[in-house]
Amino acid sequence: MTKWSTKSLSGWGRYPVIQAQCARPSDRDETISIVQDAPSPLISHGMGRSYGDAALLEDGKVILTRNLNHMLAFDEANGLLTCEAGVTLEEIINTFLPRGFFPPVVPGTQFVTIGGAIGCNIHGKNHHHDGCFGDHVTKMELLLANGDVVTVSPTEHKELFWATIGGMGLTGVILNATIKLTPVKSGEIDVETIRVENLDHFFEVSAESADFTHVVSWIDTVATGKNMGRGVFMRGRYSNSTATSESGGVDRLASAIGKLANGKSFNSNLLLNRFTVRAFNEAYFRKEKKGCVKSMTNYKPFFFPLDAVANWNYIYGPRGFLQYQFVVPSRDAVREALKLVSSSKEASFLSVIKEFGDKDHGGLSFPQKGITLAMDFPNTGKPLFKLFEKLDQLVLEAGGRIYLGKDARLPSKHVAAMYSDLDTWKDTRKKYDPNGLFASDLARRLDLL
Amino acid sequence: MNVLILGATSPIAQAVAHEYASHKHDIFVACRKQERADEIASDLVLRHDVRALGAAFDATNLDAHADFIAHVEEEFGPIDVALVAFGDMGQQEESQQDISAARKIIDVNYTGAVSLCEAIAEHMLTRKSGSILGISSVAGDRGRQSNYIYGSAKGAFTLYLQGLRNRCFPNGVHVLTAKLGFVDTRMTEGLDTKIPIASPEQVGRALYNAQQGKKDVLYYPRFWAGIMGVIKAIPEGLFKRLKL
Repeated sequence: MTKWSTKSLSGWGRYPVIQAQCARPSDRDETISIVQDAPSPLISHGMGRSYGDAALLEDGKVILTRNLNHMLAFDEANGLLTCEAGVTLEEIINTFLPRGFFPPVVPGTQFVTIGGAIGCNIHGKNHHHDGCFGDHVTKMELLLANGDVVTVSPTEHKELFWATIGGMGLTGVILNATIKLTPVKSGEIDVETIRVENLDHFFEVSAESADFTHVVSWIDTVATGKNMGRGVFMRGRYSNSTATSESGGVDRLASAIGKLANGKSFNSNLLLNRFTVRAFNEAYFRKEKKGCVKSMTNYKPFFFPLDAVANWNYIYGPRGFLQYQFVVPSRDAVREALKLVSSSKEASFLSVIKEFGDKDHGGLSFPQKGITLAMDFPNTGKPLFKLFEKLDQLVLEAGGRIYLGKDARLPSKHVAAMYSDLDTWKDTRKKYDPNGLFASDLARRLDLL
Repeated sequence: MNVLILGATSPIAQAVAHEYASHKHDIFVACRKQERADEIASDLVLRHDVRALGAAFDATNLDAHADFIAHVEEEFGPIDVALVAFGDMGQQEESQQDISAARKIIDVNYTGAVSLCEAIAEHMLTRKSGSILGISSVAGDRGRQSNYIYGSAKGAFTLYLQGLRNRCFPNGVHVLTAKLGFVDTRMTEGLDTKIPIASPEQVGRALYNAQQGKKDVLYYPRFWAGIMGVIKAIPEGLFKRLKL
C-alpha cells in the first residue's frame, strides 16, 4: 500500500517552500496504482533540482520518483541505455564512463534524474553542437492520466513524445526512457580557459569557438563601463588522452565557494550582498591570467563545479535565492540586461553566459537561437522582483523567453508571448489529460493547463 | 559468492544486493513478481557487471519453498549467503479487528520466513558452509500496544533464528539476526521522530560487514541496542501502564 505523508518541499532555490502529500513508490506497479487511484492533482518530483515551483504542488500530491531507479537494458553497440526515470546522471556516469560512455547532455549538476532532465529538456555546454537532452531520447514509457501506459517516441505518438520533452512533467509520469549515450575515450576534457575583458570580447571568442563541442563562460554581472561583461570563457572537448588530469582552472570556483559556504550554517542574507559579490567577482576574474590557458580537466570540475559543495544553495540564507535565466536573439538585448543588472542594487553571485545553437524544440522547451544568461540572486524580496519585472519586459521586447525550470515568479501574462507554441502544447496536453490530473504550482501560476 | 535475496523489492534488500554486487558477488533476487525481479537483476548486472538472476516466489506458499530453493541452487549454484528480507508490517488496528489480517502478518513475517530458512539451511548444512541473514526488528524485543501483532511475529522470528544458529553453528553455518530500528523506507514514511533514521545503503553495508565478521546479532543503527536494553528492563508492572 502506498503511504502518503505531509512534507515541506522546495526547489533548489529554496523559494517557495510548500507543504504537500508525498509518496515514494518503489516500483512501476505502485506508481500506476497511485495514478489510477488519484482523485486529486499529482506531480512527479525527482532530485528537486529545478529552482522554483516546477516540481511542487501545494496541498496536492507529489510522487517522489527516486526509488524508480533501475537500469533496465543497455545496447553497447549503439550506446542505448534504457532506465527508469528516477535514475540520476551521476549514476549513469559512474556506471558507464568506465565503459566509455557519457550522458549526451549534462547541466551544471549531475544530481538530476532522467525524468527531470526530460521534463525540463535540459541543455548543457554542448547545446550549439548536440542540442538538448530530449534530442537524445529515443523512446519513453509514459503513464497517462487515465492510468494507461504508452510508449512514445519520435515515430510513435510523436506529438505526445514532443509535448513530454520539456513538458515540465505535465503530460504524465515518465516511467522509463531510452537514451543514446555518447562514446568517449576518457572522463577528461581538453580545456582552454580565456579571460574575456568585456562583452564584445566574449562575442569574439564565442564566434571563434564553434569547433569546440563544449563552451560556457562565467560572467561578472556587477562590472560596469568598459569592464561590463568581462568574464572567464571555457571551451573544451572530450580528451583522447587516457592520462589523469591536473586540477584545472574551473574547479577553483568550487573551492572558492566551498570556503565561503563552509557547511550550511547561514542564518542571514548578510553573507551575499553586492559588496561581497563584487569582491568575489573581482578576485575570481583577477585569478585568471590574460590570454588563453590550456589544461586537461576532469569532467567533474568541468561540468559540475558546484557539486563539490554539498547544499551550496544554503549560502543564500533562509529566504533562498532565485535564478533568472533568459535567452534573447540579439546581442544588444544582452547588453541592455547587463546594464539593468549592474546598475541595480541586486548582485548576482554566479552568472553564466552562452550562445545557443539554432534549434528551437517547440513546446515548453527553453533553448532557442540566441544568447542565454543565467544569474543567481539572493532573495531580497520586492526590490529583486522589481528588477525581474524590468528584465521580463526587456526579454519580451527582444523576442526572448525565460527558462521555466529555473522560474518561481514569472507572471502568466508573459508566457504565451515567450512560448509561441504554447497553444499547440496545451491542446496536446489536454487531449491526454482533459481533467488536469497532472499539475504543479508552476502550471497553476502560469496557467499552463 | 552466490547471494540469494528474498523479498528483493524492499529498499533494504536492494541496498544489500548492491553492496554484495559491488564486491563482485553474484546475486539471485526473488520477489512476488517475475517482472520486478528481472528489473532488479538487470540493474545489478548493468551497474556492477556481475551475474544476476531473478525469479518470483510467494512467502506464504509454504509447500513450494523447498522446491523453490532447490530450483535456485540448480539454476544459480550453491547459495553462500541468503538474506531473508521480506516482511509485512500490516496495520495494527485492522489486525486487532480482523484475524485474517493478523494471520497474514504472522504468515509472512514468521511462518513464511521459517519455512524458507529451513529449506535454505538444509542445503547449507549438507555443505557445512553458508550464511543466513534474517531481518528481524526491534519491534520484536518487547510487545507494545501500537504494533504487537507485527512485533510478536518478528519476536518469534528472532527466537527462531536463535535456535537455528544454535543448531547450525557446530556445522559451520552462520546465522545473523539483524534487528533494525528506523530505516528510511515505507515503514517510517511520515514518522515524526527525533531519533535518527538510517539509510538503506547504511544498513546494506552494516549487514555485509556483520556477515563477513560472522556476527550473531546486529542492532542497526547501533544505538538501538541501548534503547531496547532500557525498554526491556522496564518492569512489566510499569510497562503495561505506558503508552508505547
